[in-house]
This record gives sequence, structure tokens and C-alpha cells, in this order.
Amino acid sequence: MISNEPAITPELIAQHGLKPEEYERIVKLIGRTPSFTELGIFSAMWNEHCSYKSSRIHLRTLPTKAPWVIQGPGENAGVIDIGDGLAVVFKMESHNHPSYIEPYQGAATGVGGILRDVFTMGARPIACLNALSFGDPKNPKTRALVAGVVSGIGGYGNSFGVPTVGGEVRFDRRYDGNILVNAMAVGLADKDKIFYSAASGVGMPIVYLGSKTGRDGIHGATMASAEFGANAEEKRPTVQVGDPFSEKLLLEACLEIMAKGCVIAIQDMGAAGLTCSAVEMGAKGDLGVTLDLDKVPCRETGMSAYEMMLSESQERMLMVLKPEKEKEAEAIFRKWGLDFAVVGETTPTKRFIVRHGGALVADLPIKELGDEAPLYDRHFIENKRQPVIDAASVKPPMPNSDALEKLIGSPDLCSKRWVWEQYDHVILGNTVQRPGGDAAVIRVNDGPKALALTSDVTPRYCEADSFVGGKQAVAEAWRNLTAVGAQPLALTDNLNFGNPERPDIMGQFVGCVRGIGEACRALDFPVVSGNVSLYNETKGRAILPTPTIGGVGLLDAFTKSMTIAFKAEGEAILLIGETRGWLGQSLYLRDICGREEGAPPAVDLAAERRHGDVVRGLIRDGLVTAVHDVSDGGLLVALAEMAMASGIGAVLEEQSRVPAHAFWFGEDQARYVVTAKDAQSVSERAKAAAVPFARLGATGGAVFAVDGERPLPVDELKRRFEAWLPAYMAGSSA
Amino acid sequence: MKSAIIVFPGINRERDMARALTLISGREPAMVWHADSALPAGTDLVVIPGGFSYGDYLRCGAIAARAPIMDAVRAFAAKGGLVLAICNGFQIACEAGLLPGVLMRNAQLRFICRDVYLRVERSDTAFTRGYNAGQVIRVPVAHGEGNYIADGETIARLEGEGRVVFRYSSPDGMVDPNWNHNGAMNAIAGIINERGNVLGMMPHPENHVEAAMGRTDGRGLFAGLVDHFKLAA
Repeated sequence: MISNEPAITPELIAQHGLKPEEYERIVKLIGRTPSFTELGIFSAMWNEHCSYKSSRIHLRTLPTKAPWVIQGPGENAGVIDIGDGLAVVFKMESHNHPSYIEPYQGAATGVGGILRDVFTMGARPIACLNALSFGDPKNPKTRALVAGVVSGIGGYGNSFGVPTVGGEVRFDRRYDGNILVNAMAVGLADKDKIFYSAASGVGMPIVYLGSKTGRDGIHGATMASAEFGANAEEKRPTVQVGDPFSEKLLLEACLEIMAKGCVIAIQDMGAAGLTCSAVEMGAKGDLGVTLDLDKVPCRETGMSAYEMMLSESQERMLMVLKPEKEKEAEAIFRKWGLDFAVVGETTPTKRFIVRHGGALVADLPIKELGDEAPLYDRHFIENKRQPVIDAASVKPPMPNSDALEKLIGSPDLCSKRWVWEQYDHVILGNTVQRPGGDAAVIRVNDGPKALALTSDVTPRYCEADSFVGGKQAVAEAWRNLTAVGAQPLALTDNLNFGNPERPDIMGQFVGCVRGIGEACRALDFPVVSGNVSLYNETKGRAILPTPTIGGVGLLDAFTKSMTIAFKAEGEAILLIGETRGWLGQSLYLRDICGREEGAPPAVDLAAERRHGDVVRGLIRDGLVTAVHDVSDGGLLVALAEMAMASGIGAVLEEQSRVPAHAFWFGEDQARYVVTAKDAQSVSERAKAAAVPFARLGATGGAVFAVDGERPLPVDELKRRFEAWLPAYMAGSSA
Repeated sequence: MKSAIIVFPGINRERDMARALTLISGREPAMVWHADSALPAGTDLVVIPGGFSYGDYLRCGAIAARAPIMDAVRAFAAKGGLVLAICNGFQIACEAGLLPGVLMRNAQLRFICRDVYLRVERSDTAFTRGYNAGQVIRVPVAHGEGNYIADGETIARLEGEGRVVFRYSSPDGMVDPNWNHNGAMNAIAGIINERGNVLGMMPHPENHVEAAMGRTDGRGLFAGLVDHFKLAA
């Protein structure tokens, strides 16, 4: 009995990721020394991952409301109203630390966790996206991490049966020791049948559902709340093991008992497992919870209370059921071959009481476990601003056609087909736009509405100027949704940073959150869910600040979704937005000139909104035939992507006084390339809205021809675009 | 046309299939649970859909092939009933002894989801009457284990009896290793049994039945089946 009750020592406290002053707070709160199990429970509830202790104070500043927002942050996922009695439920969450330690299972369980967050609320998942950041391709570990993560995401999502339709893949040496795996899931529910986690009613049975509890993932959330040292691999046992088959059964069983009206409250067991789910259900409902661990279905014998409370075994749920429906719910779970056990009940005491083997192993105040978690207003210093780089001072080291060939064949800009072909992106039969465009488009049931989905961030901008970078991430997501013709509605943010105890890192976090908030307000694009991942550092070296924005937009008619591919020969190619030739922090400056410097492009949110609204109107009224947002790599890369997507060439000419290389490769914001049969009607719309507008040339032929440059056959460009990643993964390039 | 879709735990393309059948035949299929022991009375077509039955644990299709409902499916096939087995369904049909051969891991050892081209080898079967022989159709695949393999004798027999009905090909119908995306022997994408009433295929015609989702090349298979039953009636 006492073997699992070692004495509480300063070393043990430190191993639980608790600071001495945090431990003092625990002792003061409960008026005695905690038991070993209680210490484990506190460490699970008070780690950074679960308590948001460094970030909460800043997250509160984000706009989270709009008339179409049904549920903002604070539940398993955000919920928005899309009309016709339907709601979209979505969230993005990181699984960074586990994916570095064990790429396949880490990424797989990241997908599993976010899917559970969505169907816990009563929604059937209809799409997934993944934003992945890997280290330098030359790092010997990178290839295996890419292979493992991609096959883990595919392995889980494909088997579960949800289309994985979009995301991002980037490479940078700053992610060498800390890759990022951010998974987003989107689900569809009836607006009046959303399920929440707050328990209600005293003496209600608390039911454990799903897979059995094992010894995997113990302390996963605590591990994810610390930096890596030299021994990251030794933490492999803290990574959970995924079983998508069980998750699929859990989905069907949950939706079935929800439809039968059996559920009062439901919470999935994610980070910190049974502890976190039970405490949240009770605390949100102002109720106490008593758990009898002898009733918990276990995979192995002899598990201690401590292990059961901290296990992060996957595919498990906790529910409060209507007592009169208990038998019916149990029959449904048995039909699906899943475990079902009443493991406790709600009480009026507001205590969290845990019994095991007849003994009391925890007796804690339930509200305080969450509400009294430490809250830090950490010291931060704003990043040093970098000077704006004058385009005229940057000498082009090679002809622009050579630079284009190099850029589209580079790790960041090349085709990611090797990745997304390993994801089933057509299952469910609603994928209107597959991966490879500005945003994925998924039809809603049988239509006519459709959702547009994207994930975006430009980490190098965020590091150079966190405020501007935060704004830009939101603006780009908004622009990508606009470019397919959607009205952007809301976003989920996944904020990945280094160690918040360092004032410069905290400064990045604060700057990005401010930028995100400002852009959300300016674009009516509220934050409805999110996740914070800090301590992405190895041996004192942090990742690039990476606040991934997952955006959701709505199209009234899926048949009107717009794509990037040129549609026909002889159409006018037009640019919406102003080009000043902004080379600071551009990929051209980094990958062609070998310079990582300068201020990132300015983000004018009023212009973003004006330009985007014009483009959306052009799409709605059928005045344009192709639309593409201009982002990484600038105008020429965007144009090349439109040509490659269609096989149709273009004849292009610069229309400004900006130096040619800066005109073609600058990364000025708020720009779109459009094609039209009738340029006149587009220019009239642009003029009427006072939106800068230029004619760049016309589509046609099989060659990509820029005035004064070597012409490039489109099929040759495409060969380069498709070549790098498969060759790299086959081990023949780096 | 009265269809029944068999639902095993872990199957996940049953909704796609139901939608395609409803769209083209105008009649909603029955969903039949794996633990049942009988098919609905009057079933014309049994569909074993795609997915990961039993998580593909042990071996793709091996557990599903031994589920209670499969006795009924075998009896139905033995009486000449039409069975359409797609993707995981094809794997299950092979494991159940309804079709010869086995589906191994893709040659490149990765899951692959993309549109592929199929050359329709013959149009005189109930499943392919909606196409012309030699016609090339474009439909998606989504599988990790679609690499069809059988012993030399079986392959020779399949070929000799004209039982290969779909073959991976180039857009203009040439069979070429570059277009055989999973390394299947003889670029085999779909075969029928001796009697011609059981079709197993890896690609998903049910995902290409609406223009807005890409293509409508998959419609021919379902429309052909509807015609088959119309003529029979």
C-alpha cells in the first residue's frame, strides 16, 4: 500500500514540474501535506499545458464573440452557427513534444485527441488539417521525423475515416530539436444538439467509456510543459499509443447515445486523463465528484491510484448520463464492443474524492484545483525592431527566372504532394477542393453550402516583429479563405513558443497575441478555440515563434468555389493590391540572397479588408476565373503556381517602377492575383472600391514568359516543383 | 435495385457508398450489421465497402471475413447474387474465399490517395456494362495495401478467362509501370470471380459520381448495375 506513497521530497516535487512556491501554494490550499496521488493530481492540473498559467492573462485580450459564435474558448472546441440549423465545431491542438520523441504515435494521438475534442461536443468530424514544422532538411533526424509524423497522421485519420484536406509543411533549423505538429479537426452538428462538459444534478452516475486504462502517457502533459534536455528520447514512455479503430467505434457509439438523449455532460480524457476530465466536469457544474478507481476498466493489473489518475491512455470518455437512460446507453456501448463502467457520482460537496482499494487516496477542493492554479504575469521584453530593407540596396545575385526555379524547388515552396497523398482526402465524398490550393473546400452535407478551411502563419515574420507577425498570420488565413470565395467566420489558434520564463520569448508571445487580437477585431474574425504550447526549446534554443491560425469560412454555394488554376488561354491576369517590393524577411532574401533580416512586410488591416471584400465580390458575381493569394515567395511564385496547377502558360510584364526582382519576389501583403475574361469589369470594381489594381499580362501557351527573362516551360517548372520532397524522402537530396 | 451494404466495425466508406447508390439507383441501401446472420429479403446487390474493418489488425480483411454475416454473403454469392467489394471490401472478399489472390502493401510502402486511371477491360459484365471495353476512367484510390498478388497459375487463369476487368493505366490506356501506382501484378485493379457475379476492386468509383467533387467517371459502374437489374426484371 505504502509502496505507492513515497515521502514528498523537494526532488519529487521538482520531478512533478512544480516550483517550490507552487508546492507551498498547494500546502496552503489544502492545509496539509498532499498524498503522492494528490501531488500527481496537482501536477497534472497545474502544469502549463493544462492550466495556461503563463498565457491566460494575455489570452483574455483576444476577441471571442460575434453574432455567429455559439461557443468561444473554454470548452472542448469552439462552435459557430452556419445557418440552416447547423453548427461547425472546430479546434486546433499541438502534439509537439510527443511527436519529436515518438513521431508516429505522437502525431497519430495528436489527431486522435483533436477528433475527440470535436465529437465530444456532438459533432461528426468532416475534415482535418495539419500544420507541421520540421528542422533543417540537412539535420540527420529530419527525414525520419517527416516520415514518422506523416504516416502517423495518415495512419490515424485514414483509419478513423475523416478526410485530411489541408495544412502546411515547413522546414527550418530552428525546429531541429522541437518539431511542431498542430492538428485541426472540424465537425458538423445540429445547432441545438451541442454537448458540453459541465455536470449537473447531484447523485448522477459518472460513466467511463471507451478503451481501457493502461500505463501509457503517464505525465504526458507535464512532459509537454518542459524544455527538452539531452535525453529527450528517454521520455518515450510518456507518449500515448493510438488506436484509431477504437476511436471510430467511440465516435459512432457517442453519437448514437447522444442522439438517443442519454447524455447530460461529456468530457473526453485527453491531457492528464481521468484527473482533468473529472475535475472539469465537476468544477464547471459547481459540483463535487467522487471516483472509485476499483471500477475503472484497466488494461493491466496492479495499477496504482497514481497511475490511473495520470494515465493518458487514448480513446476514453467520461460522461454524466441520465440515470433512466443508463441501461440503453450501456447496450449501445456493448454493441460497439467498448467498455462501459459507472466509476463515480456527482456530489453536493465540491470536493474531488478518489478511492482505491477501499482507501481514500485524494480529497481535494475541486474548484480550487482549476481556479486556483498559479497565474503568472511574466516579465517580457518586446523584440527589437529590425530596419526596413530598401529593395534598391539588394543586388539580385541571379536572373529572376533562375531565382523562380530555385524557389519553387525549395523545401518550403515545393509541392507537398508526397505528404498529402498519404492522407485520404476524398473520403466522405464532400471534398470540393483538395489540398494544394489556397484553402480546402468541403461541402456541407448535400450542399449547397460549403466550408473553406486553411491554416497559416509565417514564423520568420513573427520573430522579426511579433506584433506584425501575429497580424499577418490572421490576415493570411482570412485572405486564403477569401481567395476560394468564402466569407471568413472564425479561427482557432495554436500558439507555439519557447520557454515563457525567458523575457524575450514571453515578449514574442505577448506581441503575437496582440497582433492576432488586432487583426481579429479589424477583420471580424473571432477566436473560438485554441491551444498554447510553450517550452518548445532544446538546450536553451527556442523554436521560431509559431502562432498557427486555423481559419474557417463559409460559401453559400459549393459550386461557386474558386481555384488557383488558370482556366483558359487568352485571359487577362490582374493584380489586386499594392506592390512596393518588400524584400525584408522574404524567401527571396533568405533563399536566394542568403540573408535573414529586415522588418517583415507591413500589414494594413483596413486594406486587407477592402481588397478581400472586392475579391470575394468578384468571385460571387462570376467576374473572375481564377484567384490566388500572394504570400511566401511573392508574385512570381503565385503566378507560377497558377500556371502549374493548370498547365497553361502566361506572358507577363512588370507594371511599376519597383526594381524587377523586388516587384516579382517582394512579399507585400493584401494582394491577390486574379484572371478574367473581361478585365474591364474587374478594373471598374477595383476603382470603385479604391483598391490598387494592375494588369500583369495574359494566360496562354505552354511557357511561363516574363518580359526580359528566360522563358520557362510550364511542364519543366512543374517537374522542379514536384521533385524536391520525393527525392529528399528517398534519401537522394538534402 | 435493392442494395445492402455490410457494415463491419471500422468500416468507414459505407456512407460514401450509400450516397452514390441512392443518387444513381434512386433507392437507399439497407445497412447490414456484421453480427447479423441474414441479408434483407429481396436483396439484389451486396456491397462490402471500404474502410479499416477491425482496424486492419491481424491482417486486412482477415477478421471481417469470419464475421457472422459473411456466411450469408457467401451463400448469396453461391446462388449467383451480385457482390461488389471495394477496397477493404476487396481484401475481405479475398480473405473470405470469394475471390482468389491477396492484397499486399503498396510497393512504395506508403498509403496513397490520388486519382488513378483505369482501363476497363470488358464491358460484358454486370458491373462494367455502363462502360465500353478499352475505355479509360479516372477514379480515386485511397489505400495502403492494394498491391494485388496471386500465384502464377492463378494469374494465368485470371488473364486466360478474361477476369481482370480493371487495370491501372496511363490516361490514354497504356499499361505502364509508371501508372501502376501500387505495384499490383499485371497492373490488376479489379477482378471478377469465375461466375462473374463477384467484383473486387481497390479504387473508389463511389467517390467520383458528382461533377462538383471532381469527376463522374464512377457513375458508369452503378448506372450499369441499375440497367442490369432493369433488364432482368
